Amino acid sequence: MNEGTQEKLKILADAAKYDVSCASSGSKRKNKGGLGNSDGMGICHSYTEDGRCVSLLKILLTNHCIFDCAYCVSRKSNDIKRAAFTVKEVVDLTINFYRRNYIEGLFLSSGIFKNADYTMERLVRIAKELRTIHKFNGYIHLKAIPGASDELIREAGMYADRLSVNMELPSEPSLKKLAPEKNYQEIYKPMSSLRHAIIEHKEEKKKSRKAPLFAPAGQSTQMIIGATPEHDLHILSLADSLYKQQQLRRVYYSGYVPVLSDSRLPSISHPPLLRENRLYQADWLLRFYGFTVNELVDEANPDLPFDVDPKLGYALRYRHLFPVDINRAEKEMLLRIPGVGVKSVRLILQSRRFGKVTYDHLRKMGLALNRAKYFISCPGNPFSVMGEHTENRLKRMILSDTTSRLHKSSQLNLFASPALT
Amino acid sequence: MISYIYDGSFEGFLTLVFEAYERKAYPETIMIKGKVQPLLFGEPVEVFTDESKSSRVWRGLIKKVSHGNARKLYRAFLSEQSGVEMLLFRLISDVFDRNNTKLDDFRQAEILELHRLDKMIGREVHRMHAFVRFRKSKDGLYFALIEPDFNVIPLIGSHFKKRYTDQPWLILDIRRNYGIHYDLKEMKEVRIIERSRGLRELYHSTPEGIEESDDGYQELWRTYFNSVNIPERKNLKLHLQHVPVRYWKYLPEKHNTSK
Repeated sequence: MNEGTQEKLKILADAAKYDVSCASSGSKRKNKGGLGNSDGMGICHSYTEDGRCVSLLKILLTNHCIFDCAYCVSRKSNDIKRAAFTVKEVVDLTINFYRRNYIEGLFLSSGIFKNADYTMERLVRIAKELRTIHKFNGYIHLKAIPGASDELIREAGMYADRLSVNMELPSEPSLKKLAPEKNYQEIYKPMSSLRHAIIEHKEEKKKSRKAPLFAPAGQSTQMIIGATPEHDLHILSLADSLYKQQQLRRVYYSGYVPVLSDSRLPSISHPPLLRENRLYQADWLLRFYGFTVNELVDEANPDLPFDVDPKLGYALRYRHLFPVDINRAEKEMLLRIPGVGVKSVRLILQSRRFGKVTYDHLRKMGLALNRAKYFISCPGNPFSVMGEHTENRLKRMILSDTTSRLHKSSQLNLFASPALT
Repeated sequence: MISYIYDGSFEGFLTLVFEAYERKAYPETIMIKGKVQPLLFGEPVEVFTDESKSSRVWRGLIKKVSHGNARKLYRAFLSEQSGVEMLLFRLISDVFDRNNTKLDDFRQAEILELHRLDKMIGREVHRMHAFVRFRKSKDGLYFALIEPDFNVIPLIGSHFKKRYTDQPWLILDIRRNYGIHYDLKEMKEVRIIERSRGLRELYHSTPEGIEESDDGYQELWRTYFNSVNIPERKNLKLHLQHVPVRYWKYLPEKHNTSK
């Protein structure tokens, strides 16, 4: 490796870092005498000083771009150093980083040079070379470039574990304003095509175990939060439809980092990290806790609260559903108790088959009782005060229990487990 | 009630269980040879590891508890926490004497403790999957040093074997002076006979034995690591939570220049 590669890596990793996805999980690729595997569990090999996981070699093939999107560092009119990797450089970096256990695989994206097909063709070629010539079975995430031909998009699925087309912004008018060359139709086209292909291959796989893999870790997307005026209600509804209709595996929310000044962009001094965190929390509730969007935000409250997490916010508004009986309630309802997660619910469900679970048991199991205690009933719970308090009174009581801790840490625990799908 | 001494191996511990039942003398304390505390009364009984006895106990366990729970008991043993042998003895005798085989009534303090140890060791295994960093030697061996909090070498080999089948590799736990070596055919346990301090220096230096390009890739990795950081989002507290300082020793990205 020469100094040229060093310099390119610096530029093209820096340009790729605003794509927040770094997941390496959810795939299944066995190692048959070659290099590497992917067994479903993601691994974060390191963490940057901003606390985000480093799981994949995340780079752009080039930061040359014919587009001029206002929010993007690589936009045509931005005066920055430009560089481009050769196919061999990307392959060598991936293989050699992987062999040293630095990474789980490659996340390859690119600026658009010449046109969409030309760009997509090169991304596919790198993935193909890694899989066929180097027998690489590690994780590969490729960008699906909007506007590229359907054949190329589908060929990408033959080699990649995951593909992603970024929504970029949460609404089409915002996209029109900040990225005049892009539109939703071109974004949805490759997404839908991939969805069909993924479903087809899943059917094939059911019939024959020898059927080839096709993007086994599915699709993801990303949108920038805080650069445009959409409410959380709008953002979460969009995400929900992407999960349900497009069957995406992950939607990422990227708090807008003010790296460029443009009259079309808001002037903010810090990225909206708290809002981003609340959206991820809400996203988790949609995917793993059985919540619907309208239970978290509605027309009357179109944004997630800042002072409490979305689940606590829900419980405060839906007080009539509480307290939940720890020893009798269905799993679905246990999952709705603030301060109780999926793992705690499992412990409760397994234990209560043997006898009554008491407040003391819950404390030892490590539940966040400072929040949960007001919303549960079980033997020994001295806090069954639910009906007697208004929303605000209850909120104040809980916050006075927890805020001292919250205020001490000025930053929030973002991306707590980003290697998960 | 009796005090037992064994050699610190899992087979040794299972032999101890066998002998305690044979003698009908349940342990009061269990100690590892070489780390014996003076006793107030009487002499401790030394147990000599016996393959046939230990495997009889293990087979008996497997018959009674699920595979997952048997594995949990073994993993908890590897946590090396003080008192873990007594915890496991009580759980195992509960299985044999009272047929309490489910091990998932987490209202019971001992079962919850087993669960806690299992989670703890699971985290360390995951960290080793993540933080092992191979260097490449001139003769093509990829080697790494680790100093895990718990004895996880027996638990991490299969992951690396599945992943790196076409390169020979060696992972050494220099705190416990042993490791695993894969030679393209099979995986074997190896012991370190020499002092481990020399090994640590060897790993960090650029001696004869290291392939030239290896330093190049370490440097490229550092460049990459620094370039993906977003300074506007800096959050050192979170960073340290994920990569505690004690693991930095063998992470090239946490060392500014190659020596």
